[in-house]
Amino acid sequence: MSATTLMIAAVWFLAALDGALAGRAAGRPVGPAAAAVEPVRATVRLLVGQRRSTLAADGLLRWAGIVSLIVAAVLAAAVVPLGERPLVDLSVGVVWFNAMEVVAWAAVWLVGWGPNGALSLVGGYRFVAQGLSYELPHMFAIITAALAAGSLRITDIVDAQAGLWFVVLMPAAFVAYLLSAAAMAFWGPFDAPVARDTAGGAGSELAGVDRLLFAGGRRLLLVAAAAMAVPLFLGGGHGPWLPAWAWVLLKTAAVLVVLVWLRHRLPTIRMDRWAEISWIVLVPLTIVQAIVVALVVLARGGM
Amino acid sequence: MILEAFLLVAAALLCIGLFGALTQQSIVMLMMGLELMINGITLAAAAFWYFLAPASDGQVIVVAVVTAMAIEMAMGFAVVTAIYRAQRIDMTDSATELEG
Amino acid sequence: MVLAVFCVLSLLAISSGVLVFVVDSMARATFCLLVSFLAVAAMVLMTGLAYLGVVIILMMIIEMVIMAVFMVMFMMNPAGLMPMSMFHNTRGAAVISGLVFTGLAAGILVVDWPQRRGVPAPDPTVALGEALMGGHMLTMMTLGVTLFATIVATVVLSTGRGRYDRLGDDLDAERADDPAGGGVGR
Repeated sequence: MSATTLMIAAVWFLAALDGALAGRAAGRPVGPAAAAVEPVRATVRLLVGQRRSTLAADGLLRWAGIVSLIVAAVLAAAVVPLGERPLVDLSVGVVWFNAMEVVAWAAVWLVGWGPNGALSLVGGYRFVAQGLSYELPHMFAIITAALAAGSLRITDIVDAQAGLWFVVLMPAAFVAYLLSAAAMAFWGPFDAPVARDTAGGAGSELAGVDRLLFAGGRRLLLVAAAAMAVPLFLGGGHGPWLPAWAWVLLKTAAVLVVLVWLRHRLPTIRMDRWAEISWIVLVPLTIVQAIVVALVVLARGGM
Repeated sequence: MILEAFLLVAAALLCIGLFGALTQQSIVMLMMGLELMINGITLAAAAFWYFLAPASDGQVIVVAVVTAMAIEMAMGFAVVTAIYRAQRIDMTDSATELEG
Repeated sequence: MVLAVFCVLSLLAISSGVLVFVVDSMARATFCLLVSFLAVAAMVLMTGLAYLGVVIILMMIIEMVIMAVFMVMFMMNPAGLMPMSMFHNTRGAAVISGLVFTGLAAGILVVDWPQRRGVPAPDPTVALGEALMGGHMLTMMTLGVTLFATIVATVVLSTGRGRYDRLGDDLDAERADDPAGGGVGR
């Protein structure tokens, strides 16, 4: 139960922060109280809104996409340690997290395909292209963290950072992970799948509860990805005065602030440019980073 | 949870995939049949590992089967694309250049 | 309890395998195949292969999404709005499949399977890693080289324009003649 409240609180914090920065960017600054109330108002408005269905829509697949986006976000967040232990401490936690965020590919494609609309299908395809481009740097980045700790279990990775945070040891992997965290939740500069030039892209034909669940699932996936950066690269719960869970919350909030700032700072990246950057720059960079870290691990005495 | 149960499920998947691979007119659906066959073989390999020889190196065959599935899908789609570019064919009944 | 889970998963795998070829909509067929793969991955997880089960889930979701892209590209009826029957030779194939299944089932039930030799290692993931990097290094290298050959062969087969189209007859054009910009210049 507390995990559910924590997730809802994190999504609320993210939405409020996003609204505050959007207001500032649009020239109408909103205060903290108004920014905090705005997500609640949007939620209530969407809950009472009317759902929409289009001609010859595939309702089953659209529903399957929306539900699997939220389920994937929850299952991905289940392996993130809140403090000392996560909800479920899998021995292959890193690979499980990767598998759950890949479910988002299928989910967004299904949401784009379901309503039988051209613009939503374009959004779905853009997300598949984006996914193929960020997936390899993402996999190399998280495997580099697991390599330095010698284990796929996330609590082992946190324990291995007692002396030195991995962000110091593998900065390129951290940057690649942050970019892929934004890309996996189609957030920030990577929101081409739901961009305004396709009238909302994959979510363009959703209304009412469907739109609420889709937007909520997207934000929850971003929160899960940002929360995963903490045990993988930022030392988990390690820190001087506060208890472990407080440090995890603080570090997650810091990563979320960076991601929201990135959204309002950079424009949407075009898919062909992103594919070029990812395959030509990020993939060799993360491979070289992995080799460097492997050499360091071997020099330290092997696994 | 006995070996025969796992193997019967694997054999069923293999035969459903075989039926699909033999009857489908569309090349992509034929590939789905092949995927089902390899799905059955993956399950059988994992069952053999667990029930007969859970030694340290029995999992290598499961890795090999999963890799073979990935390779088969990639090459299959490349061949489909190449055939389509050459002769605009998307049905197996039309891809008969080597027949006769 | 374990038996109930196994029965549910096996029924799910087989029924969604049958549904792949029964549903009209090709998008639904692709995702029925994904459900079958996920059921088999869950059964692999039940045998204790944690890493391989999760890797199968990961790979199969990616592969089915890519197959959905190709399926919409190459098929006449992706949404199933016009019910068409795209089968040929169903009776012959049914006979062949039935015979194969009967033969395999007879073999499975009649063969005297040997006793279990050994116990699983305490951490199968570490055991797999040590096997692939140790005694089975040859398998690892072969898989690696084969995957690389697949990447190269796939790109060669599916690209529509070769290097003579892009760089001129003497391969000496300054900039490659591509429809999309960018790239490293060659």
